[in-house]
Amino acid sequence: MTKIATRDAYGKALVEVGAKNPNVIVLDADLSKSTKTVDFAKVYPERFLDMGIAEANMIGTAAGLATTGKIPFASTFALFGTLRVGDQIRNSVCYPNLNVKIAVTHSGLTLGEDGASHQAVEDIALMRAIPNMTVIVPADAEETRQVIHAAVDYDGPMYIRLGRPAVPVVFDENYKFEIGKGAVVKEGSDVAIIAMGVMLSPAMEAADELAKEGISARVINMSSIKPIDEEIIIKAAKETKGIVTAEEHNILGGLGSAVAEVVSEHAPTVVKRVGVEDTFGESGKPDELLVKYGLTKEHIIQKAKQIL
Amino acid sequence: MAFDQQTLAYLQEKANVMRQDIVKMVAEASSGHPGGSLSAADIVAVLYFNEMNIDANNAKDPNRDRFILSKGHASPVLYAALAEKGFFPREELMTFRKIDSRLQGHPSKKSLPGVEMSTGSLGQGLSAANGIAMAGKMDKLDYRVYAVIGDGEIQEGMIWEAAMAAGHYKLDNLTAFLDYNGLQIDGPVDDVLNPAPVDDKFRAFGWHVIIIDGHDMNQIDDAIQEAKQTKDKPTMIIAKTVKGKGVSYMENQVGWHGTAPNADQLKQALEELTGGKQND
Ligand SMILES: Cc1ncc(C[n+]2csc(CCOP(=O)(O)OP(=O)(O)O)c2C)c(N)n1
Ligand SMILES: [Mg+2]
Repeated sequence: MTKIATRDAYGKALVEVGAKNPNVIVLDADLSKSTKTVDFAKVYPERFLDMGIAEANMIGTAAGLATTGKIPFASTFALFGTLRVGDQIRNSVCYPNLNVKIAVTHSGLTLGEDGASHQAVEDIALMRAIPNMTVIVPADAEETRQVIHAAVDYDGPMYIRLGRPAVPVVFDENYKFEIGKGAVVKEGSDVAIIAMGVMLSPAMEAADELAKEGISARVINMSSIKPIDEEIIIKAAKETKGIVTAEEHNILGGLGSAVAEVVSEHAPTVVKRVGVEDTFGESGKPDELLVKYGLTKEHIIQKAKQIL
Repeated sequence: MAFDQQTLAYLQEKANVMRQDIVKMVAEASSGHPGGSLSAADIVAVLYFNEMNIDANNAKDPNRDRFILSKGHASPVLYAALAEKGFFPREELMTFRKIDSRLQGHPSKKSLPGVEMSTGSLGQGLSAANGIAMAGKMDKLDYRVYAVIGDGEIQEGMIWEAAMAAGHYKLDNLTAFLDYNGLQIDGPVDDVLNPAPVDDKFRAFGWHVIIIDGHDMNQIDDAIQEAKQTKDKPTMIIAKTVKGKGVSYMENQVGWHGTAPNADQLKQALEELTGGKQND
């Protein structure tokens, strides 16, 4: 199976949208080689701004650019693009509802060896809670490409969460990303697994394993965290015995919370959350960390069985 | 006043061992930041092995001097010093950046004795140093507070908030070193976002400023002593350094900011640092 990091797909997609739309401007905070905005910088140096290690100023500057009709993409690691600049995003971007795209990489535990100081597992909770913000977590390279194109077409603040490690390519050009829509990637009727980002592949593997034991698991890719696809969640709640959510994020405030909010209002059912259990991460190899912090297909299978 | 020959040789040997530990740790982890660790090694060596009042056996002594590595990605230089000072067994250096290790990628106060503040998110350490310095004044304790910040790191606005506060509160028990190695990740600091003139900026914020060669042990020590004599002002020691200092192929190379040497490169680095002498 081909594996590509979503950050690599991001760099390439930026070059595509840069060609399509001269208003696309890219800003980075001294991490352009890691976030891959360097790909854009090489082709469009006059539309690339290296803001130095000054994330707050980067977000404020992006807000100013957006008021003139530019479409700024501001990039850094997830931690520094959200928690470091929470107020700037809230008051300079979301409150005036400006067309700023905050596209971050190295999200979650799979950032790896840099450790807890750099591992954002709270970013989605924060971004979701800000009015006017759209929150998207692409699962693979193709979806990332489509999300970046959709971001340029959409007018308003958007948070796009990307990752460091190479992840399996699940989708092809026939897939159609849409803001506010989830996608059923595997049908099933006993239990539903709703996954986000790097957890989509383990979710699909878990469904395959469960099938061997005669358990039919539906798998839903939920890349649009806000607005979230209520319809697909309610349908899953009604047609299965319960839902397992899988996210590379704190189980407080992320995908699991968002899904639980929807079902508790519209179709109460059991929701079991696979995710980081309200703790900081640590240094280690991405795969080791996923195991230690309970983010594997085994953990998904275990939670699915608890429901049945 | 210059060090006597014996002390100078002792400190140079300490810095050299630290440099060997730095490249070994990063190579063993296949991950980490050698460039900015090597550039700060002489400063950290003088602080830990000549100046600071710290004791691994009394690590929580309220009177101890404090060291804060604001540029936390240079954690290997801190770990090398702490191991040599006896805060943890030397063997543990080789667990750096591995799962279950106390030696996190960036210093973690809660996991490792001797780490005074968790750092790694740039721009935050100087404020913590201010807080410790303020507490020292309130409690009438005469410990001193040292911080090391990066020349890319000072692009963070928070550094200048801290600079203004330290000047305003006349924190003369605070001494910061600016590791002016000229490089950050995306290139030379002058090209990415030029912070110069740095000396005038800190002076304008109420600091006493000293400019030195950050690899000259005597100059480092003279500056520390001058800072201790300076009343009513914090001192910023602008240390002109070479990123990757001591390993020829790393020196002044932006690419060695966050890249680990492979086995051959490690061998060469250790040969250079030991002058070809046998190494364990
Ligand atoms: C807030 C924040 N933004 C970005 C980073 C990523 N980062 C780590 S090191 C570094 C460059 C630091 O340059 P400098 O301060 O000059 O350090 P040195 O040259 O001494 O290694 C960057 C951007 C970070 N750790 N923290
Ligand atoms: Mg530097």
